[in-house]
Amino acid sequence: MTFVVKPRIRHPQLPVNDLGLTRRDYEGAVSTLCAGCGHDSVSAAIVAACAELSLPPHRFAKISGIGCSSKTPSYFLNKSHGFNSVHGRMPSVATGANLANRSLYCVGVSGDGDSASIGLGQFAHIVRRRINMVYIVDNNGTYGLTKGQFSATNDRGSTSKKGVPNLYEPIDLVSMALQIGAGFVARSFSGDKKQLVPLIKAALAHPGMAFLDVISPCVAFNNHNGSTKSFDYVRGHSERLMEADFVPAQAEITADYDPGTTEDVRMPDGSILRLSKVARDFDVHDRIGALEYVQRSQERGEVATGLLYVDPDAADCHDILGTVKTPLNALTEADLCPGEAALERLNESFR
Amino acid sequence: MKPTNIQDPNYFHKVVDCQWACPAHTPVPEYIRLIAQERYTEAYMLNWDSNVFPGILGRTCDRPCEPACRRVRTEEKPVAICRLKRVAADHKGDIRPYMPRVPTAKNGKRIALLGAGPASLAVARDLLPLGYEVHLFEKDPAGGGMMRSQIPAFRLPADVLEEEVDLILDMGVECHFGHEISSMKAMLDMDFDAYFVGTGAPRGRDLKLPGRDEVDEHISIGIDWLSSVAFGHTDSIAGNVIVMGGGNTAMDCCRTSKRLGAESVTVVVRSAFEVMKASDWEKEDAMSEGIPIINNRPPKEFVHENGRLTGVVFGCVKPVKGDDGRLRYEPSGEDDVFLPADHILMAIGQENHCPWIERDAGIQFDKWDCPVLDEVTLQSTHPKVFFGGDSAFGPENIIWASAHAHQAAISIHLFCQGKDLKTDRPPEGVNLISTKMGIHEWSYDSEHDSSVRYLVPHADKRQALGNIKIEVELGFDKRLGAKEAQRCLNCDVQTVFTDRLCIECDACVDICPMDCISFTENGEEPELRQRLMAPAVNGEQDLYVSGHLPTGRVMVKDEDVCLHCGLCAERCPTNAWDMQRSVVHIPQLGSYAQ
Repeated sequence: MTFVVKPRIRHPQLPVNDLGLTRRDYEGAVSTLCAGCGHDSVSAAIVAACAELSLPPHRFAKISGIGCSSKTPSYFLNKSHGFNSVHGRMPSVATGANLANRSLYCVGVSGDGDSASIGLGQFAHIVRRRINMVYIVDNNGTYGLTKGQFSATNDRGSTSKKGVPNLYEPIDLVSMALQIGAGFVARSFSGDKKQLVPLIKAALAHPGMAFLDVISPCVAFNNHNGSTKSFDYVRGHSERLMEADFVPAQAEITADYDPGTTEDVRMPDGSILRLSKVARDFDVHDRIGALEYVQRSQERGEVATGLLYVDPDAADCHDILGTVKTPLNALTEADLCPGEAALERLNESFR
Repeated sequence: MKPTNIQDPNYFHKVVDCQWACPAHTPVPEYIRLIAQERYTEAYMLNWDSNVFPGILGRTCDRPCEPACRRVRTEEKPVAICRLKRVAADHKGDIRPYMPRVPTAKNGKRIALLGAGPASLAVARDLLPLGYEVHLFEKDPAGGGMMRSQIPAFRLPADVLEEEVDLILDMGVECHFGHEISSMKAMLDMDFDAYFVGTGAPRGRDLKLPGRDEVDEHISIGIDWLSSVAFGHTDSIAGNVIVMGGGNTAMDCCRTSKRLGAESVTVVVRSAFEVMKASDWEKEDAMSEGIPIINNRPPKEFVHENGRLTGVVFGCVKPVKGDDGRLRYEPSGEDDVFLPADHILMAIGQENHCPWIERDAGIQFDKWDCPVLDEVTLQSTHPKVFFGGDSAFGPENIIWASAHAHQAAISIHLFCQGKDLKTDRPPEGVNLISTKMGIHEWSYDSEHDSSVRYLVPHADKRQALGNIKIEVELGFDKRLGAKEAQRCLNCDVQTVFTDRLCIECDACVDICPMDCISFTENGEEPELRQRLMAPAVNGEQDLYVSGHLPTGRVMVKDEDVCLHCGLCAERCPTNAWDMQRSVVHIPQLGSYAQ
């Protein structure tokens, strides 16, 4: 935990984005998490992604539950809307926020405790309902805030700090998300911003449920030998499926890529997620194939990272419900109560 | 790039921009911290060890440290380093217990110091504690050299000067005041073991223009005139005064004239305002006293009537920036201007000048009539004779005199011991001491203070202009001094990185307010500078590069705008970053005294 306030002053040559803002304008308060916490890198990656895309920082709704991960929305985008909900209930609040105002970027940050234990039901249903949001799980496999008990995502056989092995099977949120309707599923690592930042950018451009499972080591309770969520383990067992590069809609594509190993995923807004050096026999559009791939690599003790599945044309909750394009909170009384004549017409249609 | 060698004393020394820029390498951040702790005596002694004249320099230094201050790059205005030095001098307690002990039993070596200016005095201070017998020869009746004769009392009060000069003389210098040296050969015949020439740059330049000889009695050479004011031979100046020149001497001349009763004073400079040699604060002080500075006016002719000076004709030029970025001057097309004058003070530069050194005395001079010296040892071609201060390489300033003196004293000591002046020279070194005191606790005030530079109070202008002895700058009081001290970034508390401890968690990258730290693939420096978190555009500032990390990347830190706030070390879970105070050892003879 840091007591020193981060000075407001910034590097004089720090790049300025299209809105005239620097990365510093997308930051929040100084983190009070443990020094070296992976979650802080995830926050920094969100800051970098939003700043580089020149997204207006006040057009975000950031929502979280309870836990170390759920503290992090304080540490990025301090000009945005935010809601720190009760434990495991981030999805309910996010659903409400997105239904009320579909024009906001909705970012939910949760942890393995918040999403895989107390909030597992909430997690399953928000994915099923395909709310248009970026759902990030800072996954460290431990209950850090209560001093390091195994969480529900901790691998069987992985040990505690004192060497006691975990006896239960892990819940794999990525596999669940693939099964029940997420149009964008990725796994990444807090210590690999080169991969994480483009994935967050693409998730923001994806017009539906975008789920990101980010392995984020807990330096205090789960970064030892024997842990499968430590910096060393993830670096040693990471199976990077591809390099990712996000090209915003207006940008000119300049770099040359070898078409044999490169694949462009076109987002509906015109932006492109360019995947290069994609692992052989891996197809990012094959949901069932991805499911199998992830489980097989898990069985080998590997951690497959990168974009696992994307369906750029997947419908979101508003499409499914057929709501109007205008955000519901912007509808006026005249829109909502169109008067007697309209009621008459409606009644007529049922006769 | 290769991993940075932080054992090289110069690496971290260079990060302390002020200390690196100071010719005497005074440990600035260290004494500023002492001031913040109200330990004025210790702050003074640290200065005294390094630059010998803290009270004098705290008022008169040319301040090479201030433009170098990191705060110029992170914000705008440097820390008021010079004025803080004065705070230490003004508020110090009794320093006598801290004075070096001078042995009563001498070591049998006799040294002659020629001239009693800052260079000779500093050599005396360095040699006396080692038992040398030091003889000081000076033409003036008192010590101090140009500090006494050329710096007016309203900038440097006599008691401040005398205190620091006497501190050295009282260590046991054999003084020969009023001793005009007319022959180096005669001096050499006195058979001292070594000689140090610190006679300064005593000849003011003159300007041979039409009418010059006819009005000789109405023209004074600036430094000679200031000297005659300092010693009480001149106490008034009448009529319209024109000061020619744009350096600090010109500023002293015009402000002194104003105080001695001149009806009007005007400074006329041949070059542009921005390139004037005078320090900015000297120009500001002169202008705030109502003295106009007229630029781009080269003089053409002294006009006189019946042997009386009536004024000066000036041409008009305009500065044009050449392709090389330097200013050139072209006629501006305006008519010549005539300015009436009753007296002219010529302050257009000075030179070192040693007519009393016979050219066959064994001391070689170069084509600019400067002695041929070894730049490190300051030894002349006569092995017994050493030079320092303005007499060595031409006019500089007091702080250079102190720096030369330390080197010359080491050379003289080695010479008298029969050792080699170069190979036996003591090396520089650096010590690194962790400032970590506990979790989130550092033994320095790491928090960044965003205050802007504090203004120093001045004496009431009407009173100050009426009396040459009233000091204009009043200096910071303890409260203002403490506030200004907080602005120092503690650049000597270094960010030290241990690559084998790093787990590459990125915590330092994320927290660094100035985006100084990057983890990236190694590369050649010019290309690497472009792809850091923020481009490292200032090529004068080094990159700190680590060895290879487990992922194959390296840590690269751009030293340029680091605030030394310690947040990287604060957020580091493995102590791979530590904040360590660097103490640079600049060898000095005092280190060898008993």
